[in-house]
Amino acid sequence: MSTATETVEELANQEYKYGFVTDVETDSIPIGLNEDVVRLISSKKEEPEWLLEWRLNAFRVWLKMSEPEWHNVHYDPIDYQSISYYAAPKKQIKLDSLDDVDPEIRATFDKLGISLDEQKRLSGVAVDAVFDSVSVATTFKDTLANLGIIFCSFSEAVREHPDLVRKYLGSVVPHSDNFFAALNSAVFSDGSFAYIPKGVKCPMELSTYFRINAANTGQFERTLLIADEGAEVSYLEGCTAPQRDENQLHAAVVELVALDDATIKYSTVQNWYPGDENGKGGIFNFVTKRGKAFANAKVTWTQVETGSAITWKYPSCILQGDNSVGEFYSVAVTNNCQEADTGTKMVHLGKNTRSTIISKGISAGRGQNTYRGLVRIGKGATGARNFSQCDSLLIGDRCGAHTFPYLEVKNTTSQVEHEASTSKIGEDQIFYCRQRGLSTEDAVNLIVNGFCKEVFRELPMEFAVEAQKLLGVSLEGSVG
Amino acid sequence: MLEIRDLHASAGDRQILKGINLTVNAGEVHAIMGPNGSGKSTLAGVLAGRDGLEVTGGTVTFKGQDLLDLEPEERAREGVFLAFQYPVEIPGVNNAYLLKAGLNEVRKHRGEPELDAMDFMTLIRERMALLQMDDTLLSRPVNEGFSGGEKKRNEIFQMAVLEPTLAILDETDSGLDIDALKTVAGGVNALRSPDRSMVVVTHYQRLLNYIVPDFVHVLSGGRIVKSGGKELALELEAKGYGWIETEPATASV
Ligand SMILES: Nc1ncnc2c1ncn2[C@@H]1O[C@H](COP(=O)(O)OP(=O)(O)OP(=O)(O)O)[C@@H](O)[C@H]1O
Ligand SMILES: [Mg+2]
Repeated sequence: MSTATETVEELANQEYKYGFVTDVETDSIPIGLNEDVVRLISSKKEEPEWLLEWRLNAFRVWLKMSEPEWHNVHYDPIDYQSISYYAAPKKQIKLDSLDDVDPEIRATFDKLGISLDEQKRLSGVAVDAVFDSVSVATTFKDTLANLGIIFCSFSEAVREHPDLVRKYLGSVVPHSDNFFAALNSAVFSDGSFAYIPKGVKCPMELSTYFRINAANTGQFERTLLIADEGAEVSYLEGCTAPQRDENQLHAAVVELVALDDATIKYSTVQNWYPGDENGKGGIFNFVTKRGKAFANAKVTWTQVETGSAITWKYPSCILQGDNSVGEFYSVAVTNNCQEADTGTKMVHLGKNTRSTIISKGISAGRGQNTYRGLVRIGKGATGARNFSQCDSLLIGDRCGAHTFPYLEVKNTTSQVEHEASTSKIGEDQIFYCRQRGLSTEDAVNLIVNGFCKEVFRELPMEFAVEAQKLLGVSLEGSVG
Repeated sequence: MLEIRDLHASAGDRQILKGINLTVNAGEVHAIMGPNGSGKSTLAGVLAGRDGLEVTGGTVTFKGQDLLDLEPEERAREGVFLAFQYPVEIPGVNNAYLLKAGLNEVRKHRGEPELDAMDFMTLIRERMALLQMDDTLLSRPVNEGFSGGEKKRNEIFQMAVLEPTLAILDETDSGLDIDALKTVAGGVNALRSPDRSMVVVTHYQRLLNYIVPDFVHVLSGGRIVKSGGKELALELEAKGYGWIETEPATASV
């Protein structure tokens, strides 16, 4: 192999910078899963009866389901009985002041560059930080409250806004949806909840940082976002995770409800620990994300997936109402032994519904990157349109890119377009850049960044910067 | 400026350069001609540090330092510029952006402040005028979908912005129409200066009517087999290479 390729691989193999474990006492329940565990979780969280019933229903459905095998990822069987399904920081933390947050936890956020203080002062981003499944800090509540916006942990929403939770929980991702969603529904620990009232434009990006910490604790986040009629909200989710040896299971569910004329923009930068260069110790990330768009509503998913050993994730849109719009912009990076099977589902039900899919897969090392997308045009979706573009970029000779676009069209007035390409970062491209004075690293960044441009463009500024850090990419300037 | 001594280089198991000797002083323009496959691009590639070319013997000194010891980007920052025979396309990467990044690397290396977007635009507007570059080429991805001639013009435009001390132009004339050839040659001539040297690889005397060289060399079979003044190019145009290839490799400057 030539030296250019080696350097490129070296770059791709840069060690995970955010691997460290914070020393906070954790209150875990014994490993294993049965009805008693589900009850215990629910009682620890002091949940109402209906929610316990909902969890138990999910658990019973889950017992009858088996793990999906259709995906293009490979991992050792997960022993669901060897996982602890709940962990909360032991010290009780008041939610209303940052000063009350455990200093250890604060330090962790600082290491990650997520100083809440700074965020509070400078960025205008309200942060609901999730640390080991329990929210430990919430900011900007007052500003939001004045507009009638609810933004809190899922547990708090269950306590304070049970009617909203009860009405919408499972309305987009039913508890029986799939194996991992059912598991989540049974044992979910916490997550975020947001409600934007009618006609309100949320004045700031709502933001959550997730983090796995306690050893051996699966992470089961549950997020529910509701934008009432004519409301608008942009939501950011990002994470980094500490380095460790055992595989960690992460099975989150995110539900978005965009009522008539509402707009929800959901952006993710995902940086779970990917495992070492042999794939040891990385996070298994099985996520169900789905949004439902009612009449004239719009749901946009933007994701930058750089972490996890295994990624299984298909942020989807149910375009229920007439003229509703669904968008999916994705950058997925796999290197070393990482495997990603990701994509989207666009289900067109309403008339004149439109969807756009832009997927950019980058594979390096021995990484395997699969795009799997479904565009379904229902019988009633007269005049529906979809445009899909799936591009793959390969770095080196040992990685792979795979594309599986599925199409189900039941209405002949619809229009569906699909474009796909696979390219490789060529040594001659890197040499060309170096001949103009750029280092190999900058050259690769430049090329990768150029490749992802259409997706990065969709990210809110703060996140574009984060994505840029994660990919080690310097953003293309405004020149030209 | 540039001192090449007994340079041997191979690609794979193939020996391509078999003892090149060449001295280029500051301000000089040297033309290198020679049949297809004789090693001209290989020589250019070795000077620029292209991967996959192995130097098996000899030395190259550039401004007093061992050029072969430097990484390609270090050579570029030291002022070595290669106008490629086949400029590569880089989809997604903005032409102006790459150039700005490169220029700022060069400036950093020289201890000059980086140019901001405004100053950069001012500079490139001026250089674009020099080469009558089409504006739109600037905002397009590097070389993507450029016509053959546009690619060549873009190379010389980059050279005009980067202001190298040693410019190696590998068949910049091929692909240019007659008017473009004049424009590009005019741009190159405008860049001639007492402290800038050029090595111009070409097959045609025509280019040398515009860029008049101080010396002409014939590269054949991996060696410089004949050197002379600008009139050598005319002779080659008239007689081809046949008559010298048989001659022993004695000449060097
Ligand atoms: N990587 C390689 N592996 C094997 N042979 C190579 C390699 N690179 C170049 N060569 C060979 O070396 C010889 C010299 O190539 P080079 O490109 O330097 O020729 P040139 O003088 O520039 O020719 P032209 O006038 O056609 O541009 C050619 O025969 C070419 O096929
Ligand atoms: Mg050549």
